[in-house]
Amino acid sequence: MKFAVKAWSNGRARVGTLQLGSIEIETPSLLLSTQKGLPHFISPDLLSSLPSPNSRLLQFSPLHFLDGISPKTISKIGGINQMLGLHDHEFVAIARDSLQCLPSHDGSNKFGPSFETPCGRRLIKPVEYMEIISSMKPSIWVTLADEVPAWVSDKRNASSVDRTVKWLDECIALRQMVGEVFGAVVGGSNEQLRQHCAKEVAIRGVSGYWIGGFGLGESMDKRPTLLNVVCDNLPKEKPRLTSGLDLPEEVLQGVAAGIDLFDSKYIHHITVGGFALTFPLDGIESKISTFQPGDIGSEQVKINLRATVYRKDTTPLVDGCSCYTCKNHTKAYINHLLNVHEMLAQTLLELHNTQHYLGFFHLIRESIKAGKFERFCQRFIADRRDLHVSAAHAGVSQSPLPKQEADYMTLL
Amino acid sequence: MALRFEVLGRFNRARAAQLTLPHFVCQTPLFMPVGTQGTIKGLTNDQLEEIGCQIILGNTYHLALRPTSELIDELGGLHKFMKWPRAMLTDSGGFQMVSLLHLADITEKGVTFQSPVDGKPMLLTPEESIQIQNRIGADIIMALDDVVKTTITGPRIEEAMYRTLRWIDRCISAHKRPNEQNLFGIVQGGLDPVLRDICVRGLVERNLPGYAIGGLAGGEDKDSFWRVVAQCTAALPEDKPRYVMGVGYPLDIVVCSALGADMYDCVYPTRTARFGTALVPEGVLKLKHQVMACDTRPIDPACGCMVCKNFSRAYIHCLVTKDAMGSQLLSYHNLYYMMKLSRDLHSSIVYGKFPEFVCTFLQKMFPEGEVPEWVCNAMEVAGIDISSCCSPVSSSYGLNLDEKAHAV
Repeated sequence: MKFAVKAWSNGRARVGTLQLGSIEIETPSLLLSTQKGLPHFISPDLLSSLPSPNSRLLQFSPLHFLDGISPKTISKIGGINQMLGLHDHEFVAIARDSLQCLPSHDGSNKFGPSFETPCGRRLIKPVEYMEIISSMKPSIWVTLADEVPAWVSDKRNASSVDRTVKWLDECIALRQMVGEVFGAVVGGSNEQLRQHCAKEVAIRGVSGYWIGGFGLGESMDKRPTLLNVVCDNLPKEKPRLTSGLDLPEEVLQGVAAGIDLFDSKYIHHITVGGFALTFPLDGIESKISTFQPGDIGSEQVKINLRATVYRKDTTPLVDGCSCYTCKNHTKAYINHLLNVHEMLAQTLLELHNTQHYLGFFHLIRESIKAGKFERFCQRFIADRRDLHVSAAHAGVSQSPLPKQEADYMTLL
Repeated sequence: MALRFEVLGRFNRARAAQLTLPHFVCQTPLFMPVGTQGTIKGLTNDQLEEIGCQIILGNTYHLALRPTSELIDELGGLHKFMKWPRAMLTDSGGFQMVSLLHLADITEKGVTFQSPVDGKPMLLTPEESIQIQNRIGADIIMALDDVVKTTITGPRIEEAMYRTLRWIDRCISAHKRPNEQNLFGIVQGGLDPVLRDICVRGLVERNLPGYAIGGLAGGEDKDSFWRVVAQCTAALPEDKPRYVMGVGYPLDIVVCSALGADMYDCVYPTRTARFGTALVPEGVLKLKHQVMACDTRPIDPACGCMVCKNFSRAYIHCLVTKDAMGSQLLSYHNLYYMMKLSRDLHSSIVYGKFPEFVCTFLQKMFPEGEVPEWVCNAMEVAGIDISSCCSPVSSSYGLNLDEKAHAV
């Protein structure tokens, strides 16, 4: 793996290049979320229709395989790439998947973290975890973390930092030279603990950092401070990955603090909700200059394909979009598929939403390269607020405020 | 008539043909996957084309409810609505009403059923069925028939057969797009050769573009099944396609093709996929089974499909019945298997290798030579010597194994 920072904007936001196995991508970039290594509804032959190379970095949770298939069998198959027939994709192993495998802080103890998984609550010790990692041979793997929600006591939070650092050492000691190690950084909503943890992890021999403990009930307002504390204490030349920053606004917060890689479930959530992303992806200049508040029809962030207005709408999800779905299908067809609960609806929406969100990341990178990241952020967030205001005036409530949307997402 | 049917090769009763429909030039024998609501279980159109799917079937009853035939018509027909470039067939809607709904009542006027929307009684007449199918716009549309269970006996069978004959004239006169859509008649008559004969003659007199053999694959014994198929295919015109409705087990398709049938449809390959079962030359493979958890081979090592090229049985095992992707991948494999079977039937007949193909097929499915007696009997009528793959064991043993292979 090779990582180099190429451009900065606004002090912290940065564009880098990440060379990993067969791919070379620009960061900030999105990790495609998967279920057992495959995007939730996109079969491997359809993956190639997504824009390369940025669609070729996939997240997976080793915990998805706890009961189905043994490490011995995975070893025999030859690892995760071989098992999924995806030879030109790179996998990043993160225990928490933010959907089905969630950290359960009250079940964790000094031996290992505990997770709520589809097969019940499971305590994962470093030795077990490393056995799975060794069999799967991911390109990048994240060390085990004791993630705690924002509301725990400082004492519990402090012990989570101690355990996370201890498990980092144990995982590294147990590793059989597979993949690049990303050290987990935790510390909840406590700045001192965040700083302490970042410093401890920074002095260890890891290839990059995974910043955990987000998306677990902390306030969105406090996040920039926490992210900044962590990033300030990490070496600038190594990549930083985070989980739990899902929404576009949250991603922008992460980028602003200097995060390079995002494990986001946003696409999954809006796809299963029957939504398609539609916010404009034309260049940053037009993004900054041409927006007309009140122009809801064409400037919505996302549309609900279940809405009856799309029953006879024979236009694509987004005019001019080059994704498989937009090139081939209409809103009316997807509306029908959702009505009759046909799985193809999710397949088509996930294809579009993935391509669209990758486009959003592209826009972020362009704005950083142009030194206009801050303006881009302000404009993007303002657009969404304006939309909400004009939508509320029009009596339509399809674009809730980011905060409300965040609440809504956690309800899903 | 909006089709051309050219026989390219024969072996005794079996035939391989080119069926030219308004949207696609098809090679028969062929299997038609069922895409009930304008889509086939999670597969994209590109994937369906890639696996060689030529005709897909839409269910009139479901489409008439959602999104409604009026909407499909307004948006330019089902082809355009789902952007399927190849051929399509719609059923009459009668079967679903009888099979899915309680309180369906069939009278001379049509099928009365309880509306699933508001519970009110509704009437589907032959005229209406055709009108709806005209709006949907498939290449092949089916006449409304009076469907009865094959396991029923007595005067009801006779009544249904005569009613089907009376209704075909109403369907023909209601059909508004005969130059774009082909109306197929359906032979009824239960398991009674006399009734089947009357029905076939009656339909052939009407000179329809194609004919279906209906009322089968509903739990009747296999011996009756193939005899009805053999009788109907023998009596139907040589220059028209013959479609056996509801047939989807690979073995049944091979037998029916040997007897001269051309087209088949069934939900079996996709339904069984959702239950975690893969179709393989040896019969079926149950991916849910615990032994699959450490089996690193592909589903079928000889299969060239995307799923078999990429995945092990162990990986599919941990997906099936838990994740949507499991049924998506197994449906893909199973449909690929059915399309490959169709292609193999076609080319073996064209190249004069049909008996060899049948023997190889049977040998794989019945490695001990336990070919069911009904298959042996049917092949004798079809003039195909399968003695090389039959062992002289008792027939009941063979039948049991056959049942096991087909258990869903």
